[in-house]
Formats: sequence, structure tokens, C-alpha cells
Amino acid sequence: MEQIYHSQLQEELYYEKLANGLDVYILPKKGFNKTYATFTTKYGSIDNHFVPLGENEYKIVPDGIAHFLEHKMFEKKDGDVFQLFSKQGASANAFTSFTRTAYLFSSTSNVEKNLNTLLDFVQEPYFTEQTVEKEKGIIGQEIQMYNDNPEWRLYFGTIENMYHNHPVKIDIAGTIGSISKITKDLLYECYYTFYHPSNMLLFVVGPVDPLKIMNLVKDNQAKKTFNAHKEIKRKFEAEPEPVWEKEKIIKMNVQTPKLMVGIKGNILHQKGNQMLKSELSAQLLLDLLFGKSSRNYRELYDEGLIDDTFSYDYTQEQNFGFALIGGDTRDPDLLEKKLKQILLKARTGENLDAEDLERVKKNRIGRFLRALNSPEYIANQFTRYAFHEMDLFNVVPMLEEITFTDVITMAAKLIAEERLTACKVLPKS
Amino acid sequence: MEKTVHHEGMKIHLIKTDKYKTNTIVLKMKAPINKDDATYRALLPYVLQSGTNTYPDYTEIRTFLENLYGCTLFVDLQKKGEYHIISITMEVANEKFLQDKKPLLNEALGLLADILLNPKIENHAFNEQIVAKEKRTLKQRIQAVYDDKMRYANLRLIQEMCKNEPYFVPVNGFLEDVDPITGEKLYAYYRRALNEDEIDLYIVGDFNEQETLSFCKEKFQLASRKAREIQKDQERINIKENVVIEKQEVAQGKLNIGFRTNITYGDDDYFALQVFNGLFGGFPHSKLFLNVRERESLAYYAASRLESHKGLLLVMTGIESKNFDKTVKIIKEEFSAMQNGEFTEAEIEQTKAVIQNQMLETLDTSRGLVEVLYHNVISGKTVTEEEWMEKIKQVSRDDILQVGKKIHLDTIYFLSGMEA
Repeated sequence: MEQIYHSQLQEELYYEKLANGLDVYILPKKGFNKTYATFTTKYGSIDNHFVPLGENEYKIVPDGIAHFLEHKMFEKKDGDVFQLFSKQGASANAFTSFTRTAYLFSSTSNVEKNLNTLLDFVQEPYFTEQTVEKEKGIIGQEIQMYNDNPEWRLYFGTIENMYHNHPVKIDIAGTIGSISKITKDLLYECYYTFYHPSNMLLFVVGPVDPLKIMNLVKDNQAKKTFNAHKEIKRKFEAEPEPVWEKEKIIKMNVQTPKLMVGIKGNILHQKGNQMLKSELSAQLLLDLLFGKSSRNYRELYDEGLIDDTFSYDYTQEQNFGFALIGGDTRDPDLLEKKLKQILLKARTGENLDAEDLERVKKNRIGRFLRALNSPEYIANQFTRYAFHEMDLFNVVPMLEEITFTDVITMAAKLIAEERLTACKVLPKS
Repeated sequence: MEKTVHHEGMKIHLIKTDKYKTNTIVLKMKAPINKDDATYRALLPYVLQSGTNTYPDYTEIRTFLENLYGCTLFVDLQKKGEYHIISITMEVANEKFLQDKKPLLNEALGLLADILLNPKIENHAFNEQIVAKEKRTLKQRIQAVYDDKMRYANLRLIQEMCKNEPYFVPVNGFLEDVDPITGEKLYAYYRRALNEDEIDLYIVGDFNEQETLSFCKEKFQLASRKAREIQKDQERINIKENVVIEKQEVAQGKLNIGFRTNITYGDDDYFALQVFNGLFGGFPHSKLFLNVRERESLAYYAASRLESHKGLLLVMTGIESKNFDKTVKIIKEEFSAMQNGEFTEAEIEQTKAVIQNQMLETLDTSRGLVEVLYHNVISGKTVTEEEWMEKIKQVSRDDILQVGKKIHLDTIYFLSGMEA
């Protein structure tokens, strides 16, 4: 077991790669009541075109299947895993993103029992035609709930605008039509392709004894047999650089118009420190342009074009990425125009000021420290970073290292007219 | 672990722990909720955080905060029973984790005192430009509820159910009451709130207690006051249930059902009510989840929660509009099953374990901890963490059955799609 001490943050991380390929990380947290564990596979909604385990041909599976699979993992021959966790005083949950599916529990007692339950339920699939059919009604209502949610529609509308082919444009839960095509055999096929331990990561954070936890995980895994590890073959269609659509209007039963401007990312196929630097530089760039202490924020707020729902973010993955900026607004057309102007000016650096960088860097550092109070943040973010060979605990040194030139270079690279798009949610009447 | 000090006009609560990488500051102002003041109250903290005499506008305050290693500052409003609570929350990095060892907590506390006691005032009025901008944002905040159908359905249920009680007043006030507010009127309200509200200041983290306390005493000088308390609700029993159906263009119908528990935080049977709610709808092992979702596939979410200081139990679920009757019938059946004691000892134990786990998890976050401690201020009763755990443990089947007899269905609200 490897031991990695981060002296500035006073955190000690333990790591081992097990014989079956599973990455196990343990972060002891003294003084906390709760232990939080996530068991995550590098498999999300975008992985819909691949060679199933043991076959030779590429296959396309129905939209929403990764998320459907996540739901069905909780049902076993002898009942529901939620029940078992709550009998052991734990609360369990799971989520599916574009690139990951995570299963998790938190508990303040019976940690070892709960950890075995987590490993076992994720590694023992049990699907029947009958339970698959039953789930379609439940997920159908989950889809409808999101259909009524204007923020979600705005978010997905913007991403959909950006991509011609990339499956990130497909809603994570799929549609009522697409999930109707899901069968138990398709679920097993996806499961065996993507849930091999060598494609997964376990993170445990809480008041635990790292050696004891590591031994428990090893014992648990040693009792199970897995197919030999094979490289997973995923396929993505070529994606043109420009956005697919420049504009979209979604009419909904709302009172306040909403606008989101997106930048389709063009910094792809990075990993490790290079990727960490890109992601943080782009975030600092957006802080400079739209942060609460920026001149732009103040002007937009004073003009009544934005309110406290205004937000922005940048994410980068292997073969897609985007910046999103927006919120509720009385005048979505005017706000769109202004946001685009600000972005295009930044491309040449004319509205960026070197003096402001120290301040927004301090802001990011404090924000990161705050996030480290949260076991949920640590486990989920660490996993995401590790899947890209980045180190979460390297965020502060990297922030300190980034210069104004890095930010200017990022602005020139990331921002381009042809990769800007806008989506609006407008009241029906 | 909580140390409470009575200082002139306020209570200071110090909670020392080295769990966190930050120090958290929460200031709470409590007053009985009423229709006339609610909109002023909803506006006030947003105006306060927009300018002081030291930092005359929002941008300067935000610049100061970013330089303070991204110290957060946010204000919000809550309804806790029939009290209207203003909270100002700050979280600041603990410099022991930074290269730069400049102390940050006092800087943050200094800004808080400035925001509360030294706002930007001209001729006994708040700055009119700031007031105008924040009035506009408040209107948007009030209207935003309409766009979030889950929150909207919850708000409408409360409006229908509590129409003759102060609890009916929405947390952000009333749209029509925003326009008449002026800088002068708001300032007069501010003076009143500052002199009359019950004020509590919480500080959680790793700091020197003596130094922090004397700093607070120096910075926060207030007039003494007597807290304004509300009367406890009379027992309410609705003979005839109230059914309200509203139609809108929605993909999913929102069904919200309100029950009166006639039990509030601090009552002896409150702990049994917690277990009752846990068995009925609080968790994924509860009757509502197992029957409405898992057995009948009617919904994605089906749950209940307590409004502890008002004595309400609220059920919420999202369904296809055509399944309204069927779902109401199942929820009523499950409620009767609860009243008839159709649950096992094992289920009671499981529910207690999950409730205790939930409480311990809440206490792991600094803001969760403050919210738990603040229940004691609202209810005027002191329940320690140990007592809380012990009292949950002691709840018996008979206690749950007694609680069941006190709970009555009051109002069924359904936001239906147009097709049904």
C-alpha cells in the first residue's frame, strides 16, 4: 500500500492497485462521524457505441442504457439493496454522468459491512425481464420530471446545439421511446463490458483505519473471479469543430426567460497535469470575465440583465468539453449579445487585466479548501481526476503556477465565433 | 462542545473543532412572520450585503472577499414555523492551510459587523440605487418559484392549507409589496429589526475562543431586547379534507399532500413523530417509496418530510396526471397502515438507525451543525446531541401508534397536466 502525504493540506492518502486491476484509495478523516465510499466505473451516457465483451463487431445500444443499468443494479434476487443498506444504518445512492457511473453509501456505523455490501451489489448483477419492465415506468417519470425543469432543458439544449455527432448531446436518461427498447440481455452486455474491476475505482473517506479497510477490500476481491482484462473498444464519430446550431429557442410554461451561451471546447485528448492546467486556466479566465467582483458582472447586474441565478462553468473531458454561461434574464437577446461581445473581446485579451489574476487565484484556492470539508466532493472529484490521470491534491500548486500569459493564451485558443452558441427558454405566451 | 455567551442584544455561540479547513460564521435574526413585514425582511439582507460605509458597493465587497481567499458571503431567508429568519453566512479559509499566514477570521467578522451595523445610509435612507436593483432581483426571485414546478406545488399546498394562519406568508414576501418600498421605509424597518429581532451569532472552526469572543464583543454592540415569541398553535383537526386541483402545461403532475401532526420540535412525542415519518415516507425503505414507486411504478420520487416547527407532515410525488386517483388511494392506504401499526419491530429498528445516521451526518457539516443547534433557539427547548440520540432509541411501537392518532390529513394539492 502506497502512502502519499500532502503536508500543506494535512491530508494522508493511501493507494493500491489490486491484482484484478481495481484502484483503491483511502483518505482517513479524523473527527468526522461519517464514512463515505464511492465505487465508480469509467462508463457513462456517452459510451453507447462499442465492442461488447467477447465479440468482434461494434454495436450501438439504446440511449439512456448506462443510467438504466445504474437503477437496475439495486435490485437483487432477494430484494432491494436500499433495504439492506438501511438495515445497516447507511444511506445509499448512485448517479450516472456523461462519462461515469458511481455507486455510493454513507454511514456512521457498520462501515465494514456496508463496504462489503457496496462491492458485492455492484459486482453481482441480477436482471430479469419483469424487473426491467417495471423500471420503465419509474425512469419514465424521472424523464418527465426533467422535461418540466427549465434549467435542465436549457443546459441540454445548449449542449445539443454544440455537437453534430458526439453522444454527449443525448440526454443521460434517454427518452421514453429509447428506454422502451432496453432488455435484460442488453443490460448484461453493457455490464460485462464496462464493470470489470480494471475499469473501476473505489474511494473511501472517513474516520477509518486505512490498513483494515484495504485488507477488507482485498479479501472481498480475492473471493471473486473475473474474466481476463481486455481493453474496451469505444467508437466516436468524427466531430467537426464548429457548433451544430448557433441558436435554439425552447418554449415552456415559465414566467422568466432564461439564456445560456456555450463555448464548444476545442482542447481535447489531454491528461495529467497538462489537462489540469487547461481546465484551471479556463476557469480562471471565466472568473476574470464573469466573477462577482468583475466589471462585467457589475454592469450586467446594474442593467438588470442578470440576477443571482447567473452562473458559469468550464468542463473538459477526453473528446468533448464546454464552457457554459447564463441564467434568468429579462432580455435574453440583449444578454446573449453582451456575453458574446465580452467573450470575443477576451480572445484578444483587451478586457483582461493581469492585476486581477492574483485575486481570482486566491478566490479559487479558498474555494478548494472549502470543498475539502466535504467527503462527497473529495471522493467524486478525486475519481473524476484520477480517470484523467490528474491529481486532485495538486490543484493548489497548479493554481499558484498559472500565469497571466497562460490565461491569455487560453482565451485566444478557447474562444472563437464559430464555436459559440446560445439557447433560450422563453415563456409560451 | 457549544459554548454560548450572552452578550448585550445577542447570543454568541462558539463551536471549536479542528475537523474543517475553514471557519464558518452564521448570523441569524429571528422575528414572527407577518404579511406586512415579510417583503421588507426578504429585501433587507440583500440590500445590506450590497454596500457599507467602508465598502460602498457590491463590487468592492466582492473584491474584498476574493482577496480574503474566496471567503463566501451569502444571505438567505427561512421560515421556521411561524418565524421568519434572516441568515448571513460566511465561510473563510483557515490560514493554517495556506502559505500566507495572515489571520482571516477577524477580517471576515469585521466585514459581517460592517454589513449589519454600518450599511450605506444617506439621510436616514438606504441608497436608492441599491434598493432599486435589489427590488428588481427580489421580484425575479419571487417569480422564479413559478418556473420550478416542485417548489411551486409545495408553495401552493401551504397557501391552501394554511390560508388563515401566518405560515401562509411566503418566505420571499409578496410581489405586489415590492414596488412601494423606498430606501427610507426600508431603513426604518432595518432599525426596528436591529432593535427587536432575536439575534444569534455562531462561529464554527479552529480559532482562539477568548480572542474571538472579545473581538465579537467589541464589534457587535447592540441594544438589549426581549425576544418576541409566538403562541403555540392550537390543535387543529380538519373534519373534511380539502382537495385543490390546478391545471398547467406540465409533463408530470405534482401531487403534494399536507397532514397536521399537532406535534412540534421539543414536544415529548416529537421523537416518535420522527420515527413515524421515517417509516411512512422519509427514506428509500419507507412505505411510500416501496409502494408508490417500487410496487406500482407510478413515480420516480415519493417521499414525506416534517415541517418540525409548524407541525406539518408533507408528502410529495410526481406522477402521470391520469394516475391521480390511484396514487391518492395508495398514499391513504399506506397512511392507514401506519395508523394501524402495520410495521415490524425490525422496521422500527432500521428506521431509528437511519435517522440517527442522518443526524450524525448532518453534524459533520458546519452549516448542518448550526441548523441543528438553532432548533433550540426556535423551540426554546434545549436538546443535546446525546439526548436526541437517546430519545430516538427509546421510541416504542406504542409511542408511534399514539402519534399516528394525532395526525390528520388536511389538504390534497395536485398540479395536473392539461390532458387529465
